[in-house]
Amino acid sequence: MTDRAPDAGYEAVIGLEIHVQLRTEEKLFCPDGTGFGEVPNTNVCPVCLGLPGALPVLNREAVELAVRASLAFGCTVHQRSVWARKNYFYPDLPKGYQISQFEEPLATDGVFRVETDDTSDPVGRLAIRIRRIHMEEDAGKSIHDRFEGATAVDLNRTGTPLIEMVTEPDFRSPAQVRAWLTGVKQVLEYLEVSDCNMEEGSLRVDANVSIRPVGSEPLGTKTELKNMNSFSGVERALDVEIARQRDVVAMGGQVAHQTLLWDERRGDVRPMRSKEESHDYRYFPDPDLPPLQVSENLIEAVKAQLPELPAARRTRFREDYGLPAYDAGVLTARRPLADYYEETARTSGAPKEASNWIMGPVLAAMNARDLEADDFPVRPVHLAELIDLVEEGTINRNVAKDVLGRMLESAAGVEVGSAAAKTPAEIVREEGLATVSDTGRLEAWVEDALAAHPEEVARFRDGETRLQGFFMGEVMKRSRGKADPTEVARILTERLEET
Amino acid sequence: MAAAVREGSVPADHYLNKALEQARAVDRGHEGLNAFLALAKPGGPAPDAPDSGSGRAGETHPTGDGLLAGVPVAVKDNLCTLDLPTTCASRILEGYRSPYEATAVRRLRVAGARLVGKTNMDEFAMGSSTENSAFGPTRNPRDRDRVPGGSSGGSAAAVAAGVVPCALGSDTGGSVRQPAAFCGVVGVKPTYGRVSRYGLVAFASSLDQVGAFGRSVLDAALLLEAVAGYDPRDPTSVRRPVPDLSGGLDEGIRGRVVGLPREYLPDTLAPEVRARYDEAVERLREAGARIREVSLPHTRFAVSTYYVLAPAEASSNLARYDGVRYGGRASEARSTLELYRASRTRGFGPEVVRRIMLGTFGLSAGYHDQYYDRAQKVRALIARDFERVWADGVDLLFTPTAPGPAFRLGERTADPVAMYLSDVFTVTANLAGIPGVSVPMGEVAGGGGDRPPLGGQFLAPPWHEAPMLQAARALEVSYGITGEDT
Repeated sequence: MTDRAPDAGYEAVIGLEIHVQLRTEEKLFCPDGTGFGEVPNTNVCPVCLGLPGALPVLNREAVELAVRASLAFGCTVHQRSVWARKNYFYPDLPKGYQISQFEEPLATDGVFRVETDDTSDPVGRLAIRIRRIHMEEDAGKSIHDRFEGATAVDLNRTGTPLIEMVTEPDFRSPAQVRAWLTGVKQVLEYLEVSDCNMEEGSLRVDANVSIRPVGSEPLGTKTELKNMNSFSGVERALDVEIARQRDVVAMGGQVAHQTLLWDERRGDVRPMRSKEESHDYRYFPDPDLPPLQVSENLIEAVKAQLPELPAARRTRFREDYGLPAYDAGVLTARRPLADYYEETARTSGAPKEASNWIMGPVLAAMNARDLEADDFPVRPVHLAELIDLVEEGTINRNVAKDVLGRMLESAAGVEVGSAAAKTPAEIVREEGLATVSDTGRLEAWVEDALAAHPEEVARFRDGETRLQGFFMGEVMKRSRGKADPTEVARILTERLEET
Repeated sequence: MAAAVREGSVPADHYLNKALEQARAVDRGHEGLNAFLALAKPGGPAPDAPDSGSGRAGETHPTGDGLLAGVPVAVKDNLCTLDLPTTCASRILEGYRSPYEATAVRRLRVAGARLVGKTNMDEFAMGSSTENSAFGPTRNPRDRDRVPGGSSGGSAAAVAAGVVPCALGSDTGGSVRQPAAFCGVVGVKPTYGRVSRYGLVAFASSLDQVGAFGRSVLDAALLLEAVAGYDPRDPTSVRRPVPDLSGGLDEGIRGRVVGLPREYLPDTLAPEVRARYDEAVERLREAGARIREVSLPHTRFAVSTYYVLAPAEASSNLARYDGVRYGGRASEARSTLELYRASRTRGFGPEVVRRIMLGTFGLSAGYHDQYYDRAQKVRALIARDFERVWADGVDLLFTPTAPGPAFRLGERTADPVAMYLSDVFTVTANLAGIPGVSVPMGEVAGGGGDRPPLGGQFLAPPWHEAPMLQAARALEVSYGITGEDT
């Protein structure tokens, strides 16, 4: 739906501004905590309240996270950047200005590529240039619906560190935007620089969009889209806005430069009141803060410690573990899951089996419990043990699925990774779930099954051989799933073919 | 004083109570000085009152406990204090109490000083006469029809009237040195970064510096020594050891090269001011200084540069006074915009409004390059003038502190530009970040039979407060000022 061909020879040109909250313990310029959802106006101090005489003191932890992100997105990190004040009045902006960076940002000139299945892209790689990444402090929150006829202000978020990433207008479709954003989010999560939670506002995306005749170089007049709360919201808002701009042009009109708010419920965009947008921010270097110095040593150290990023990991999973592209994609989507897989695969020595287990029942259980892989009660070492029990033939696959269920039950209520959780071997032993290959017992179950169904035996012998499966099921039922299926099949065939 | 209190021969509250008595006697009533906006209670909080929070690691340890034991000190009302309101002499902060204390004030307490009260000032330190206070002007103790100078006029007057031996002020364009000159006391502005600005309510952050007044150079030096030093809460404070400023004061000026910058001695300078200045130079020569004429060619741009940059920073620094969280609030406002407009219109006096407008204009799209950016370039040129002079072997510069003596109350209130020009010799030190001190330099005929004092200003390279104060001391001694014991 979002990839429809440009109507009437027009193409969309889209650029993004992405705000990412950095995952620091303390705020950017004061030691208050950065937790989400706490009692309003409790994570505050003279500095972030903007009390008279208070001064900002830089939190270097935030700088390191910003450098990490900048390097991961291929940007040049500048050893000197300058804090600037962005001046505007708003009740949730206590100082009347936001400390940001303007003329000399932390990092510039990056490129970030994601793999896409977009057929219009022959390389299958979407390369988007990043113009700049700069650091800034977040504003507070204005809450308009809490008190009748009044606006409440919560300043807990004030001063939380952010990076703002500005792309070049390199996107040509909303689908590209969504695919690229998904890749960006993956990387940010891998880097552990942000929680990337759009609903909680730790990742916010604004888009600039214009249309122009295909083949034309100059950009059309752009509009700015705000207030999208999910990647799909970004995609839908862009679809709607591009369609609107096409209609305007088709009617012979001109697109007006304006800021538009996405209304998720109505699936529509509405213009922001002009009062809300016409700002002259009067940027100037913040005289309270010396220029930000990032040493070559720090840049090199951060570079050396960059984790393996999702794209590299996908490639390696395919090469090292022989996984299909699809499996590699699913398993590397999030760093904890990729770590979980990798530990399981290495411990069990059966990488493809590990992938099947994790992509099937394990992921289903994680999703059902809304758990990240690192909080999932069945640890990789135990999952690997379970896989080994199947591979060795100690239990069969169906029993193994039950054992996984028991493992989850036994782990419920105990700390993740605790020794109190039962291992699969313990469960198999305690519950006598090991596969039975003892011929005597298997023959007894077969006898019993055949004796109970004389009619089906007769039909089988009349040539209805597909009833073999029925007898198999009957025997398994009697063995409570433990019978060695290969042995049972051999005995069944023997007994049924006797006349 | 401090020695007597330290030895225990005088009760710890003795001088504080005397100062409070004195303040009450001179400050109120017809022709009262109006130097104080708030006075401490007798007895007051103990000097070791718990501070607002522990310093972050790395703070330079405040100079010796007991340096100012029992010494009563007055503090300008733009330094945050816990036990007294901090209003910056503005309606918009009327009754405001800070939940934390300025580093400079906390260090005063650590040194054993007793806070007497908060002193009057031009609103948000914007002015040169203390007539811009929302709570009435301060009078000059030397002549109550004259202004005490500004913006730290209350602190200067409190010292000149003998209420306190020393007082804290702040100097953004001369706000310590000029009132010191007008009131006949000593006022020192240290190097930018020498004293923490944490808790100093910002006017123009890149120019503001806490300064010290004293009856004598020694008093001012002791006070400065007590409050100086690196503070991790102020990223513009500098990690340098605090020199012993009071100890070597009498080393004199022999052999020092003192430059006389010709740009500070225009033909238009009043002959009497020039005469007193020439006499002072003669005294310096007699004390062994080597006198040399020098030039600081960009001086003539200093006032206009200052009046672009300071208001620009102020327009941003004062944006926080919006009636939303603290201070005066127009509670009848029906929209956010109306709340801002009504609270700020009501809360700010005309000079503050003028500077906010000026500063906003200088930063606006279309004017930014022409004003703010250009002023920054000129600022660098002004700083370079000084660097060249120091590099040429000049140790200190000596100038008049102001073009004339204290003017009469109301004389310049209608003419902002005339008022701004009284800063002409002092703004350069702030633009260049260098230290400066004003010391008494004789008197002139006041017209009404009175003899208003003049001040002479020494300027020094960054971090050279010690030799600068030695020179100031040498001049002071030549006038027979001995400096009582603090």
